[in-house]
Amino acid sequence: MQYLKETPSQTAGPYVHIGLAPKAAGFDIFEQELGWDIAGPNAKGERIRVEGCVYDGTGAPIKDVMLEAWQANTDGHYAHPEDGRGVEDGFRGWGRVITDFETGLWGFDTVKPGATPGRNGTTQAPHINLWIVARGINVGLNTRLYFDDCDNSTDPVLNLVEQVHRRQTLIATRTEDSKGVTYRFDVHIQGKGETVFLDI
Amino acid sequence: MKPAEYYMRDRTRHAPGLTKDYKTSVPRSPQYALLSLENSLSEITGPTFSQNDIDALDNDLIKNYAHGGDPIGERIIVHGRVLDENGRPVPNTLVEVWQANAGGRYRHKKDTYLAPIDPNFGGCGRTMTDEDGYYFFRTVKPGAYPWRNWVNNWRPAHIHVSIFGVAFAQRLITQLYFEGDPLIKTCPIVQTVPDADAIDQMVAKLDLNATIPLDSIAYRFDIVLRGRRSTMFENRLEGN
Ligand SMILES: [Fe+3]
Repeated sequence: MQYLKETPSQTAGPYVHIGLAPKAAGFDIFEQELGWDIAGPNAKGERIRVEGCVYDGTGAPIKDVMLEAWQANTDGHYAHPEDGRGVEDGFRGWGRVITDFETGLWGFDTVKPGATPGRNGTTQAPHINLWIVARGINVGLNTRLYFDDCDNSTDPVLNLVEQVHRRQTLIATRTEDSKGVTYRFDVHIQGKGETVFLDI
Repeated sequence: MKPAEYYMRDRTRHAPGLTKDYKTSVPRSPQYALLSLENSLSEITGPTFSQNDIDALDNDLIKNYAHGGDPIGERIIVHGRVLDENGRPVPNTLVEVWQANAGGRYRHKKDTYLAPIDPNFGGCGRTMTDEDGYYFFRTVKPGAYPWRNWVNNWRPAHIHVSIFGVAFAQRLITQLYFEGDPLIKTCPIVQTVPDADAIDQMVAKLDLNATIPLDSIAYRFDIVLRGRRSTMFENRLEGN
């Protein structure tokens, strides 16, 4: 059988911001930059902030990384025709996240997603899908962020991780103060505490 | 539409994570194997875009940052189709591009290469594919530039290309090179891709029929995203 083959991936390079987040690169070009508002103004559910840092194998923060987030709404519905169950007006569920160039810290505001359908009638614990690109990353890395205050015990993806202690690398830690709820999620590309990455 | 799975990514045609001649990949590649996942709703859905997300001039890099003049450089049109591995067009998908100017300099606060910034060139653009998966944009041909890897490495002229498809599983960033560029075979980033045919897929071909006489030369660049089965999941997704 003759099929076409997927175009190979290449690194996003150090200047990914020019194309995908030009304001961060230092110039104004598009009327609307995409991916800054994940949940939209009408989103139902709990407003949260997610913060973290992506570290390389030496333990240094990766300051030129870009992440994309893809998530369901508070009911566990994706804003996509093949979900079809519908989301509130303005909910997109997708966002772009870039770091502070000095520290490598990143953060985004959204709502906490609900549980989503898994394969074969299972239910997936609430999670945010992440895709990570940077200079030195040849093929974008997929991973998932789960929440430490949810019941993750029956999640079909977490349970696929053979080394039980590595499941922790996918779970964000909740803190709460006067400004609101923040989940911390650090990603370790390599080395001690290496995050579980997914070939989806 | 019934949910159907995407064909697994053929990792033998993609670069591995660790490619020691591209030095930055050494500390930025996972050491452990990726966890292979069969698609769920989380992977077969993904962000969707419409014409409302972009502006009419966004695909014209000659005009979209012009401040009283045109950018310096060889005027080119890049056009092609976004297809999936079944050969089906991918309509209404967002294609984003970014590149250095004709001198090889990026408009980025972190780029300090000695080639000058072009006051009329931003270096980024975006467009949507039409119903047939067709897209095009107009720009100037980027210059080669040096980068720190070995002492004397030069990137071939290239345009960075980001494509969404219709599912998070199809998300892709690649680079477009230009037919005949002798730097392609010496570039450690190009050569992370282990398969010669796969490298050739990233090389845009001179397309004289698409040129605009006395105005712009043209290159053809088709992009292939992962294809999907025509059958649905074995069991229905809960809630569908
Ligand atoms: Fe580049």
